[in-house]
Amino acid sequence: MARFSPRSPLSDTAGVLPPLGRRSMLKGLLATAGVAALPGLAACGSGGSGGSTDTVTFGSNYSDAVPKGAVQSVMDAFTKAQNLKVTVNTKDHNTYQEQITNYLQGRPDDVFCWFAGYRMQYFAGQGLASDLSDVWTDIGANFSAAQKEASTGADGKQYFVPFYYYPWAVFYRPSIWQQRGYEVPRTFDELVALAGRMKSDGLIPIAVGQKDGWPQMATLDYINLRTNGYEFHMNLMRGKEDWQGAKVRAVFENWRRLLPYYQENALGRTWQEASDSLEKGEAGMMVIGNQVLEKTKGQLDDLDFFAFPEIDPAHGVDTVEAPIDGFMLSRKPGNPDGAKKLLRFLGGAEAPVLYTKANPSVIATNAQADTSGYNKLQRKYIDFVGQAKHLTQFLDRDTDPRFASDAATNGINAFLNNPNDIDSVLKGLADQAKTIFTG
Amino acid sequence: MTAPVQTPRHGGKPAGGGRERAFRVALYVFLTVTSLIWLAPLLWAVYTSLRDYEDTARNGYFSLPESLTLDNFGKAWTQAELPHYYLNTLLITIPALVLVLLFSSLVAFGVSRFNFRFNLALLMLFTAGNLLPQQVIVVPLYRLYLLTPVPEWLSDSGLLLDSQLGIVLIHVAFQSGFCTFVLSNFMKTIPFELSEAARVDGAGVLRQYWQVVLPLCRPALAALATLEFTWIYNDFMWALVLIQTGDKMPITSALANLSGQYFTDYNLVAAGSLLAALPTVLVFLVLQRQFVGGLTLGSTKG
Amino acid sequence: MAVLDQPPATAPATADTAAPGQRWPGRGRRRATSLSRADQLVLGLMLGVPTVLHVALVWLPTLASVVLSFSEWNGIGGIEDIQWVGLDNYVDIVSRYPRFWPAVQHNLVWLFFLLVLPTAFGLLLAVLLDRKLRFGRFYQTSFYLPMVLSLALVGFIWQMMYQPDNGLINNLIGRAEANQINWLGNPDLNLYAVLVAAGWRHAGYVMLLFLAGLKAVDPALKEAAALDGANAWQAFWRVVFPVLKPVNIVVLVVTVIEALRAFDIVYVINKGRNGLELVSVLITDNVIGESSRIGWGSALAVILLIISLGFIITYLFQVFRREERA
Repeated sequence: MARFSPRSPLSDTAGVLPPLGRRSMLKGLLATAGVAALPGLAACGSGGSGGSTDTVTFGSNYSDAVPKGAVQSVMDAFTKAQNLKVTVNTKDHNTYQEQITNYLQGRPDDVFCWFAGYRMQYFAGQGLASDLSDVWTDIGANFSAAQKEASTGADGKQYFVPFYYYPWAVFYRPSIWQQRGYEVPRTFDELVALAGRMKSDGLIPIAVGQKDGWPQMATLDYINLRTNGYEFHMNLMRGKEDWQGAKVRAVFENWRRLLPYYQENALGRTWQEASDSLEKGEAGMMVIGNQVLEKTKGQLDDLDFFAFPEIDPAHGVDTVEAPIDGFMLSRKPGNPDGAKKLLRFLGGAEAPVLYTKANPSVIATNAQADTSGYNKLQRKYIDFVGQAKHLTQFLDRDTDPRFASDAATNGINAFLNNPNDIDSVLKGLADQAKTIFTG
Repeated sequence: MTAPVQTPRHGGKPAGGGRERAFRVALYVFLTVTSLIWLAPLLWAVYTSLRDYEDTARNGYFSLPESLTLDNFGKAWTQAELPHYYLNTLLITIPALVLVLLFSSLVAFGVSRFNFRFNLALLMLFTAGNLLPQQVIVVPLYRLYLLTPVPEWLSDSGLLLDSQLGIVLIHVAFQSGFCTFVLSNFMKTIPFELSEAARVDGAGVLRQYWQVVLPLCRPALAALATLEFTWIYNDFMWALVLIQTGDKMPITSALANLSGQYFTDYNLVAAGSLLAALPTVLVFLVLQRQFVGGLTLGSTKG
Repeated sequence: MAVLDQPPATAPATADTAAPGQRWPGRGRRRATSLSRADQLVLGLMLGVPTVLHVALVWLPTLASVVLSFSEWNGIGGIEDIQWVGLDNYVDIVSRYPRFWPAVQHNLVWLFFLLVLPTAFGLLLAVLLDRKLRFGRFYQTSFYLPMVLSLALVGFIWQMMYQPDNGLINNLIGRAEANQINWLGNPDLNLYAVLVAAGWRHAGYVMLLFLAGLKAVDPALKEAAALDGANAWQAFWRVVFPVLKPVNIVVLVVTVIEALRAFDIVYVINKGRNGLELVSVLITDNVIGESSRIGWGSALAVILLIISLGFIITYLFQVFRREERA
């Protein structure tokens, strides 16, 4: 019989048994039990749900070094001003987003970071966030009507304190455009013509990095907003319009005109890699938010942007896609009074200044915030957003997250892969919209 | 089948002249080339991690280095707060490892040394459980953890959710299937006479397990320890669903953070990833000798 | 020996009161003949505690998932917030979920690929390494090393290999400057590119399983086959391979499960989109994250579960039928 047996068990037993006997194993087990108990003991003091009155807990997705430090400086200032400690629970932003549903139902921190728009309304509607209307009576003067709208739930109450935003636009390097004699396009036709010129000049006309699945949502949003206007766009996002209708079809037909000028292998590249080619001067322009500023710190002097150009004059360029990041109050905060103090502080004039000082790539939403430290692009942004009639929050913040993360992302990718098959892409989107927007 | 033919244990093949030598040469050439191809991706990562970012930005990654440096490792070490996350992961991995080996050896001992009516069913339950996809159980598991109170001294959350204990338990429950299967097969190869002798001497069940059977299972335990260490150490799904405090996250999430932050700095991310992988590589190298011998799966009985 | 040092103080099992549920040993195997009450209790605990834990944390959630697959639920609130929709999820998934059939297809390609190439290659390596070799340990280590690495690292390493302009592969084959091959970005190509990475890991695993199996084969058997004058090839397939049948089953099942469970590597590379859809990714997308569609995701999980169970049952049947005969 070809059977494996441990090396001559009998002879082994005699020599080996006692040493590996009770004692060593028991020791191992005890050590293990000790180790298992350690984290519990060590972390005893810092629990979130304790409901202590001298501490506020803060759930943060500001995990990169610079924003993390900037948040810490804001919290330190708060502690100094109000004599309340803040325990910051930082998770990397991907994990934070993937966990959000579980997190808000589990043991959320008192105050947590989140996004304005439908994504805020969704959790407010599910009862996973607390009403902040009383906070807003104090901080309301600091914000515009559009910002208040973006902080308001479906029930008309406020659930969100805006902190900063990062508007999306078309970025380019002025030095290269000057050298080649390009001009900022005012209409979509001009944009397409310019892209054609860039291509014949040997440039990659439009840098694209769609590997993470979301950056191209901005292009879809903008083309829809310019073609069909704000009202239609928002209704489409809420599942009240037909993805297979003629209006959406027109959007994709327009979009298809741009695709010949897209950087190749768009789906295999991250937006960071795509913006590298913009910085290096290999690509002519890129639709991106101002996170590009944080990335291209060294080259800010040679970077500029313009609004995504007009398609239908009836709508012009009246809408800016300007996603807002901010804060919400969890369902049952352990320290509600302290948490509201913190939220008032975050909605005040001081906090955004502290934050933007430490992380100069964002623009504070707060109208009272001191902008003297802003760079040229940040100042231009303030006008850019100020002139907008409507603000949108970005596709994945304006629609049901179930629709955004699966159907929309993959529909856009399918379209980029196969632009000539608009029908089946739209059918896929429409079918899924029907299974998701059932209400 | 396999009637044991009485032949002396052979050390090497009998010297077989020129053809045999040609075969040996070809074999060495083939194995050397193949193993180098196998190592190439890893060496490429090591090479990248040793180069300065400016250097690769100027010359591309496929180029000779201007200089080699360990700076990336130092930077990754501090930027990703690796010491903290190593500790987090070890606080999960080591208790889980010990408990899974303990539990599965207990069950394996029971089902392999005693004849119960439900032996087979029990073994099948464990084995099948190990083969389920993780995703199938995450949602109800989250709910279960949310509803299970735990004394504060074991989990500062007061719940199984967001506690290292919870992660340890699910690892133990999930992995014990595989270990039970392997160990029960291994234990069947241990002669019954041994525990019988102990029993006649008045040793109870516990002592038969602890002093007779378990010590003989060391090769299998070593092999399983290596495998399970790797699997538990590398897992990120359970933590993603069940841990809610950033400071308790395992090392896999520290890496996610590092690569999210230094997206285009492959050199730094490569250094961080290699550092994170170091413990599993070390464990494997140390326990390698026991490895193949221990992992018999007990299944080569003809 | 420690055991023998103990004075036989406890009653030497005289009264053979067979415990309930315990049968007398049969078929020539000598087993523990009787159990004292204390031993029964100990044994009950030894088996009971791990079993309770396993059932509570693995099987109960599995059953709950099956139940949830008939619901529509966003994962928020309690049982009262769950709407029961019968088979709707299943119908919608197969009829109007554009990613479903591609994902199934990719899983099948994955399975077929793993079963053919890395498995055969792992077997080859095991046979070649199952002899006295200089550097044998080195070879074994290099083939097995990828298995030790986390899939996050494997995904990252292969992204560096496949990078269009800076990756090792394009540079080696001279396609980095012009005519770049987009290994991971091209949806017609990336599945196979990822399969190479998965195979890189899997071959070492298979090698190890076969190596363990081969080491356990009676050397006399291999010897006898060699002495028969049969050439090595024939000897292997006729004599050794049949003995390995149990290992083959283990390898087969491990491969099938790996193929069906495949998840981390595509998730690391591009979240399982754009040609890398797998059923496990679709489940994750729907049950984890902001976009919780628990019922939908659970239905996908159940579909995967049913497929897995098919293989699991075949496997258990194979393994434990031998048990019965033994």
